[in-house]
Amino acid sequence: MSLNIIVLAKQVPDTRNVGKDAMKADGTINRAALPAIFNPEDLNALEQALKLKEMYPGSKVTLLTMGPGRAAEIVREGLYRGADDGIVLSDRAFAGADTLATSYAISAAIRKIGAYDMIIGGRQAIDGDTAQVGPQVAEKLGLPQVTYAEDIISVENGHAIVKRRIESGVETVKAPLPLVVTVNGSAEPCRPRNAKALQKYKYAAAPSEVANDEARKEMIARRPYLSVGEWNAEFVGADLSQCGLAGSPTKVKAIENVVFTAKEAREIPNTDQDLEQLIKELIANHTIG
Amino acid sequence: MANFYTDNPSLKLHLTHPMMEKIVELKERGFADADKFDYAPQNFEDAMDSYDKVLEIVGEICGDIIAENAEDVDHNGPRVENGRVVYAEGTKKNLDACRKAGLMGMSMPRRLGGLNFPITPYIMAADIVSRADAGFENLWGLQDCAETIYEFASDEQKEKYIPRVCAGETMSMDLTEPDAGSDLQSVMLKASQKEDGSWVLNGVKRFITNGDSDIHLVLARSEEGSKDGRGLSMFIYDKRNCGVTVRRIENKMGIKGSPTCELVYKDAPCELVGSRRLGLIKYVMALMNGARLGIAAQSVGLSEAAYREALAYAKERTQFGKAIIEFPAVAEILSVMKAKLDASRTLLYACSRAVDIYKIYDDIAKERKLTPEEKAEQKHYSKLADALTPLAKGMTSEFCNQNTYDCIQIHGGSGFMKDYACERLYRDARITSIYEGTTQLQVVAAIRHVTTGTYAAYISEMEKTEVCAEDEQIKNTLILMSQQYSAAVEAVTGIKEPKFVDFMARRLVEMTGHIIMGYLLLADTQRDPEVRRSLRVYVKYGQAEVARHADFIANFRPEQIEDYLY
Repeated sequence: MSLNIIVLAKQVPDTRNVGKDAMKADGTINRAALPAIFNPEDLNALEQALKLKEMYPGSKVTLLTMGPGRAAEIVREGLYRGADDGIVLSDRAFAGADTLATSYAISAAIRKIGAYDMIIGGRQAIDGDTAQVGPQVAEKLGLPQVTYAEDIISVENGHAIVKRRIESGVETVKAPLPLVVTVNGSAEPCRPRNAKALQKYKYAAAPSEVANDEARKEMIARRPYLSVGEWNAEFVGADLSQCGLAGSPTKVKAIENVVFTAKEAREIPNTDQDLEQLIKELIANHTIG
Repeated sequence: MANFYTDNPSLKLHLTHPMMEKIVELKERGFADADKFDYAPQNFEDAMDSYDKVLEIVGEICGDIIAENAEDVDHNGPRVENGRVVYAEGTKKNLDACRKAGLMGMSMPRRLGGLNFPITPYIMAADIVSRADAGFENLWGLQDCAETIYEFASDEQKEKYIPRVCAGETMSMDLTEPDAGSDLQSVMLKASQKEDGSWVLNGVKRFITNGDSDIHLVLARSEEGSKDGRGLSMFIYDKRNCGVTVRRIENKMGIKGSPTCELVYKDAPCELVGSRRLGLIKYVMALMNGARLGIAAQSVGLSEAAYREALAYAKERTQFGKAIIEFPAVAEILSVMKAKLDASRTLLYACSRAVDIYKIYDDIAKERKLTPEEKAEQKHYSKLADALTPLAKGMTSEFCNQNTYDCIQIHGGSGFMKDYACERLYRDARITSIYEGTTQLQVVAAIRHVTTGTYAAYISEMEKTEVCAEDEQIKNTLILMSQQYSAAVEAVTGIKEPKFVDFMARRLVEMTGHIIMGYLLLADTQRDPEVRRSLRVYVKYGQAEVARHADFIANFRPEQIEDYLY
């Protein structure tokens, strides 16, 4: 049995080492001051995919990332670690996307890829910290999802056995394929880059990265494995009104520093009634709305 | 999130030495692999970029994984279960990371699964690994043994074993026995040939690093009734064939993560490597030279770790209202540590480059006839490598012992406690001046090159280095030191008494070491002014050491030797 696995990964500013100049006066991130890195939990996700590839020889791991052409760096990082292929989803129309527009664009690209048994992403990205994109992708594709995964233990008879890290301990669940899994930071760290793969793929690039580099273009033409796919909105058949800023209901009003004052946590049962009660309460005390 | 390669600019300085262009061109045979292997370099810049990027992987694994596991591995260590070694958990993780990163068999040719790296970047990886955990360097660094298989084994054996090493199987060199340590001629492990021509091993080996490895190189007595080194041959024992068990592992002072085993061979099937009787006199000598360079790298890595620990502590620790680094007595210790570190490292890579050139020529000579110029060059570098290897092993291991000692001194009472890394470094360093030949044996190997003038020729070659005006004075000091050295050599060799030369040998070898390292730092400074501080401190230190030895020799009457001999 072999699997087609898509790994969702994001290039993010390294918010773990934030200095004074991390934010601009207008409340947006000063990307120049923070190095761009592979979102940490997406690396945990990639490790799960690579582990499955080892368990089920013949499996294929494709990395999918959305961002400008230089986000191909994420694809290269994936190739160095053992991914087979990578695609950068890149279009000006995708700029300014919130989680809804992002998951829309990504699900359009996944439909375009077509063959997939499992879509694995990190739980959340360290720039937005929403943990929404994975679940939204699952909803848009009409797939079951397993979140907070710590270990995809095995895949048998069209089902995956997944260990989840939940608040009160761990839970092992069985879910049918195709499936979306989001992986927790407590999962196995990603394996290092491989020396041979690095030497093989170090010149891999997306077309827009090498637009002005004839020698590199010629090299990529000679060695097709160096070509990183770069897909735009039209290619994946995306409706522009649902992409980028236009497709994003989220509007940032202001950003301020918040110091948490609550001393304890409260557990809300996972029922419609309880959630509705919570929302009402939050609106009443002006936490939201 | 540490990277032990990118945080250390001195590594890049040595990696980009001008001689690398020649080494890479030769090693890559004019980049003939470029169209055969998708990971082979297209040209010199491409190759250098690959070394740089692969060393970045090494640096990352060392900073994030190996160094993090070092303390735990030191405390828990390996154990023996049912005649087999079980590594410490951290060791298993380290090995797993190195395998996944493809850092095994780095210098082996691509057609056998290797990276085809020259010795210099491989040794640099060893330097970095040793800074993270010197004990782990032993396990990882034993991939070096593949070099001996590559040089001397049959094609069939190469194709059978080297790809396995490149895929991550570990190796060991089974030489030492209870009654054969420094004196390997006394090896007794018995190799007997059966009627079908195959060989089996019987007997005991002791102090075998990583003795439960997958692939062993074994020195054994194949010639019944023989007593000396000429009755010894080299064998490969494959663990898959069974026949060797681990009786016990030693409880050591340092490098505790590296299992040191006592092995029992019971009709263990094995394969002869190369020709009978050449085991010790040819193959082990080659193996040892590689291993000695590895220990020099281990020593440099340890010196680096010790310097960094000491520097960080001296900046952070306050006494009498200020950081202790602000006291001249402490600052001097740190400056000399740094100078010894930089001096050790520059000697290490001068040596690795010489080894690179002669070994590549050796390999090319198997493919085609060398031109007379190439032959001359091969001979030159082979001799230089032969001279620099014992010097590097001896000097760097002694310096790493001094640096780890000073690291504890900087830490004061806290350094004596088990709470800081410095006590582990101190224990780990202690073996470097003992195994793969004690410092005393390195002196025995080096003194020939003192008396025959190999070092003197190298020094006068380096005297021709063009230096900037700022460094003229240092150069003059080095010239004066060389004159004192020549006079001392003459005084010692003038007395035609071998015992006297043996007695004075250590002093002469140290003198030459200080001068050579001084010149190498001088050359480094011309490429990178950051080295100048270490150059000045080192030459000051070396000048005093050379004067001290010169004084001792000048004031020593030959008959006084009697006061020292037992």
